[in-house]
Amino acid sequence: MENIPASSPVSLPPSEAHLSIEPPRGWAALELRELWLYRELLFFLAWRDIKLRYKQTALGAAWAILQPLLTMVIFSVIFGQLAKLPSDGIPYPIFTYAALLPWQLFSFALTNSSNSLINSQNLISKVYFPRLIIPLASTLAGLMDFAIAFLVLLGLMVYYHITPTMAILYLPLFLILALLSALAVGVWLSALSVEYRDVRYIVPFLTQFWMYATPIAYPSSLIPENWRLLYGLNPMTGVVEGFRWALLGIQTSGGSMILVSAAVVVVMFISGLYYFRRMENNFADVI
Amino acid sequence: MSDIAIRAENLSKQYHIGARMANKTLREALASTFRAPMRWLEPKSKSGENTFWALDNVSFEIKHGEAIGIIGRNGAGKSTLLKILSRITKPTRGRVDLYGRVGSLLEVGTGFHTELTGRENIFLNGAILGMSRREIERKFDEIVDFAEIEKFLDTPAKHYSSGMYMRLAFAVAAHLEPEILVVDEVLAVGDVDFQKKSLGKMEDITKKGRAVLFVSHNIGAIMNLCKRGLLLDKGKLLKEGMIEDVVESYLDQGVNLFGEQLIDEKTPGASSSKFAFSAIRVLNSKGQSSNQLALGEDIHVQIEFVVKNPIRGANVAFHLWNHSGICVMTSTDVDDAPQKISALREAGTYVATCVIPAIFFKGGIYSFGVSASIPNIEVLANLPAVVNFNVVDLGSVEAKLPQNRQGVINPVIAWDITKG
Repeated sequence: MENIPASSPVSLPPSEAHLSIEPPRGWAALELRELWLYRELLFFLAWRDIKLRYKQTALGAAWAILQPLLTMVIFSVIFGQLAKLPSDGIPYPIFTYAALLPWQLFSFALTNSSNSLINSQNLISKVYFPRLIIPLASTLAGLMDFAIAFLVLLGLMVYYHITPTMAILYLPLFLILALLSALAVGVWLSALSVEYRDVRYIVPFLTQFWMYATPIAYPSSLIPENWRLLYGLNPMTGVVEGFRWALLGIQTSGGSMILVSAAVVVVMFISGLYYFRRMENNFADVI
Repeated sequence: MSDIAIRAENLSKQYHIGARMANKTLREALASTFRAPMRWLEPKSKSGENTFWALDNVSFEIKHGEAIGIIGRNGAGKSTLLKILSRITKPTRGRVDLYGRVGSLLEVGTGFHTELTGRENIFLNGAILGMSRREIERKFDEIVDFAEIEKFLDTPAKHYSSGMYMRLAFAVAAHLEPEILVVDEVLAVGDVDFQKKSLGKMEDITKKGRAVLFVSHNIGAIMNLCKRGLLLDKGKLLKEGMIEDVVESYLDQGVNLFGEQLIDEKTPGASSSKFAFSAIRVLNSKGQSSNQLALGEDIHVQIEFVVKNPIRGANVAFHLWNHSGICVMTSTDVDDAPQKISALREAGTYVATCVIPAIFFKGGIYSFGVSASIPNIEVLANLPAVVNFNVVDLGSVEAKLPQNRQGVINPVIAWDITKG
């Protein structure tokens, strides 16, 4: 007897497809195999989010460039020019842009995935599929903006004559860490949001606070040495440091901080998945 | 391997009413966390006072190639059953075994987005319903054909007429090819022609040896499609068997239940110093009060009232409204004899009875209102919508008189055809 998803994209002869529906008992398995079977739906939902993101906007996808670019200008004027924050010897605009890039991906993915279940109420109460697909898809939808904004970064690098080192090969790792961080929080918050709508109001404060706790406008070298590991508990610290190191060749204040960041993400992500799976059974009844 | 498609054993589903809401904000949840740490992580407790059983110990078996109609009044548990079978929600007790790929269609157009084009919506909706990309590509032309929207494939769905939108949505769903199909009330979309086409498609699906579970308020359609039926009432399985017998039990359910409305004199509009309504009854052709009447039978109306002080020149009337709020007819108890109009009504209790011929009814929900007045002088009492009843199309007549024929009434009139 084997559990297979009700409408798995794989067609099975009737005798082989057997599914039992039983009352939920305690903590459920993650069923990652089932998630894999629904990968096409994941793709379609992410594609829909991307497609609809800038519909009916006059500037369209230009927003994906304008948002980090304008933030960079504001930061450069206020923190770079007026507050004269150090930037590890790199021109301040590109110093902050390289951090804004993963940050905006993170904050978009976090916001989007936290609210994703509530925004998909109709789907949840009418069709079955692994619910995890929803926050996953809304996280991935941020990648398109990221890709567009990344092109601007390349332009900036040319402008400031910065040649990337081999370290750039590690960039995808930090990108994945950024996505996982957003997803780890997003999975927790989206599952909580089904019952507690407070989440919708918490998220804006959370991201704002989080941004200042991340070395975006300032270098992490400003943080006293003995606080660095604690500082690394914020996974975005590791991501931002990693981005600056991989792109601009800035020496980070130690790989240990990045390792702490990664460990935090993994713990949060896996616990979030189990919590999500546990609450999943009630979503349709409560939402 | 048995040929069983669905086996449900002691299926029960409990819902909480109100109780869950008590803990809806994070503040309260946090407060209770301090009282009982970690408890808030658990799904809410299963016992409690404010609960009810939406499904209560339901067991049944369905074989491959069988089409089953599920009938019952609102709140009988039909939707809950479908939700469990489609894995949207889990049962509280009992289990279901499904042998075969399940496709469920609880709503037409789930996941449709008005900003996306017809083409895009077909792929998105198909994926949501569980079709693979290749499957959708293979059936794409068929779907477009069925929906009759070739010209608008690349137009955003927001510019579609509601008919086109529904046709497209149904077309995608109809091309889902599961071994077990669960369908909720989705055939009532589009115009008459499209409805026929949809019904035809459903029949095809049944004939292909699939197990179909079908919920509809359109009893005629159910009788057409299904050989067997389940009757649910308040979460319990009341009857299982041949569809004709199940439908009969369903109609009997209404007998003596809601066809009678006793009226409290204190109800606003029910009485005045001279006059009071005391009861309204809708009776079937056997003389039983019922709110479920078969299409094609005469309907008897009984109005009971009290005249407190003698009145002259008064009449008692009923108004018949259909579900779209159109007043189908009004009749007063003095219509048939002019001399009654000025008659004196002594104090006492009266019963006024009349028969509305079957020709006035199409299938659907109707409501009665009653009023009493002395024309141009005084309104004695006025009660809009006191009794609701359902005229159920059992299918036999539907063949002759399609439900969606235009017009408010459905008379069968004699025709004389001569060849010139």
